[in-house]
Amino acid sequence: MLSYTLRRLLWMVPTLIGITLLCFLLMRMAGNDPILAQFQNPMHRQQISQEAIEQMRKLYDLDKPWYVQYARLVRRLATLDLGTCWQNGRPIVEVIGEALPVTLLLSFLSMILAYLISIPLGVYSAVKQHSLGDRVLTVALFVLYSLPGFWLGTMFIVFLASGKFVVCPWTQDHACFPLQGWHAFEGFERMSAWGKVKDVTWHLVLPVVTLTYPAFAALSRYMRAGMLETLRQDFVRTARAKGLPERTVVFGHALRNSLIPIVTLIGLELPELISGSVIVESIFGVRGMGLVALEAIRMPDYPLVITIVAFTALMTMLGVLMSDLLYAAVDPRIKLGERAG
Amino acid sequence: MEAPAMPQSEPATPPAGYLRMASSQFMRHRLQRVSLYVICGIALLALFADFVASDRPIALRFQGELYVCPNLTNPASLRAHDNRRLLDEMGPDDWAVFPLVPWGYNSHDMDAVLAPPSTQHWLGTDSGGRDVFARVVHGSRVSLAVGVLSVIVLVFIGVLLGSVSAYFGGLLDLVLMRIVEIVHAVPTILVLVTMLALIMPTGWKSVVAMMIVIGLVRWTDVARLVRGEILRIRTMQYVEAARALGAGHARILFRHILPNALSPVLVTATFAMASAILLEGALSFLGFGIPEDMASWGGMLNDVRGHTGAWWLAVFPGAAIFLTVTVYNLAGEGLRDAIDPRLRV
Repeated sequence: MLSYTLRRLLWMVPTLIGITLLCFLLMRMAGNDPILAQFQNPMHRQQISQEAIEQMRKLYDLDKPWYVQYARLVRRLATLDLGTCWQNGRPIVEVIGEALPVTLLLSFLSMILAYLISIPLGVYSAVKQHSLGDRVLTVALFVLYSLPGFWLGTMFIVFLASGKFVVCPWTQDHACFPLQGWHAFEGFERMSAWGKVKDVTWHLVLPVVTLTYPAFAALSRYMRAGMLETLRQDFVRTARAKGLPERTVVFGHALRNSLIPIVTLIGLELPELISGSVIVESIFGVRGMGLVALEAIRMPDYPLVITIVAFTALMTMLGVLMSDLLYAAVDPRIKLGERAG
Repeated sequence: MEAPAMPQSEPATPPAGYLRMASSQFMRHRLQRVSLYVICGIALLALFADFVASDRPIALRFQGELYVCPNLTNPASLRAHDNRRLLDEMGPDDWAVFPLVPWGYNSHDMDAVLAPPSTQHWLGTDSGGRDVFARVVHGSRVSLAVGVLSVIVLVFIGVLLGSVSAYFGGLLDLVLMRIVEIVHAVPTILVLVTMLALIMPTGWKSVVAMMIVIGLVRWTDVARLVRGEILRIRTMQYVEAARALGAGHARILFRHILPNALSPVLVTATFAMASAILLEGALSFLGFGIPEDMASWGGMLNDVRGHTGAWWLAVFPGAAIFLTVTVYNLAGEGLRDAIDPRLRV
């Protein structure tokens, strides 16, 4: 187990190098000079001398061949000496340090919610297979599964947050939910701790719902399928035959066994969640990693983009590894690191 | 000793072929049948979009000259005229057959900017005064083109790498599967946005860019699936028989193994179509995909962000994406049930 984990962790190094190299080469291939691109950007018309441009290129290694550039970039990533954003000169660590907790909060909340909702739904659907409730649920989950998140988010904005169509029944004067951000723009610092919690919760309702439902739709379907399969197993029949009450059979025997594959799906849902949070953050103006990444790509700010891509890739791989380890931990039949057949 | 007797009775009617069996299984469910019809309907809409909504007539006699299908040919002599001006300047002998909706996907009606749905503009107009119905109709072209083309790309890459990896095994398999892992760990949206932001494609080039870019990051599922199938099939006796008969690697792989591994790929391809359409929508929505002067459903949704009062801009393009993705997913589910005999009850 330990050697397996170590081997997997070691394999991450070439994988990360592959991803960053891919990303770096892509940006290089585009061929446009990022420094020039920044100052030709009509957004901020700044007069800048040729000399200053040369100086900046030197500072960011742009005057060197690509492998030197890449090697320096990797060294910076490896030593976590990430440097500063091109955009505003703030340290990258600081920018990420601000954005990451927001994204983590968002993802964490929606992950927990997805599991909390999908497990009971899946169990209900499987136990009452072919009932009206099961059929309605199956169709509803299928529809949810195909619903584009960016559309739902936009609809939320238009109908629930713009205040133009639905006026909130309890405040009467403005929209049900805020339009942008994850906390109030004004006066957030002066709020009491409880007030802050309330404010953040109120701001996060729509983003979390938008981020949660795809995961929850997928998880419920898996849960139902897994539960159906478990309920057909011999040991469930044995449990019923020896006269255990149905509740014990369902929750004690079947549920516990069908939880295994569901738990391990955490790792596989992670990439989905990251993609989803880019979109959700962009719709609701929540300044997390996704929004920061989009801005960095628009600039374009090479070091920041590559840092974020490498970081998210690392998180994804750790998630997948975690789910594999979890799989082995909860299911003693599985031996990791042994090649099958 | 006598050889065991072969079963004597041939069935009176030859057993239905695999295709017949699968298709009858597929068509048995009403919802799946409907989804297939809707898929065909959307494809027809994309094909004949110029006849449904265009700023030029379908046929026209104008100033003594006869035009056939100016909506397709876009003749130079008519370039300055849209439907409204044509109608104003038509003489007594002139006639025209207009399309269902006399607006093109990129024709600006400056008298009706952000107009709500009306008899003039059935689904309203966007912030540039462009007809939402016309744009939704033409948007089907972009969505289907990106979907179909990127699925072709990803199936090609996936089948090639998956089969080579499984058939030859060893070091090649190890390296290829490592690459699959790398590509799989790539944060899709971020990398796609990076690639598209750098290419900054215009016009139909953006569709090509999008298809390649989506295909390049989404082939891993197909590769894994094909690899698994081939590993299963490789050990079967008929493959051994083919090898004993002296068939080469290429012949065994492409002639004997691949055809038997492909039907599950069809299922994955259908789901991949749905997810490619979703991805195209998301990228265009973020403002990195199809440029604004082309009609794309995701790009239309992007327009809502500055105009949250225009509910028609949010509802209709989004509903189009939703419907398309749903029918492809439904068809995929149906195909899976029809193709996989293990699931058949």
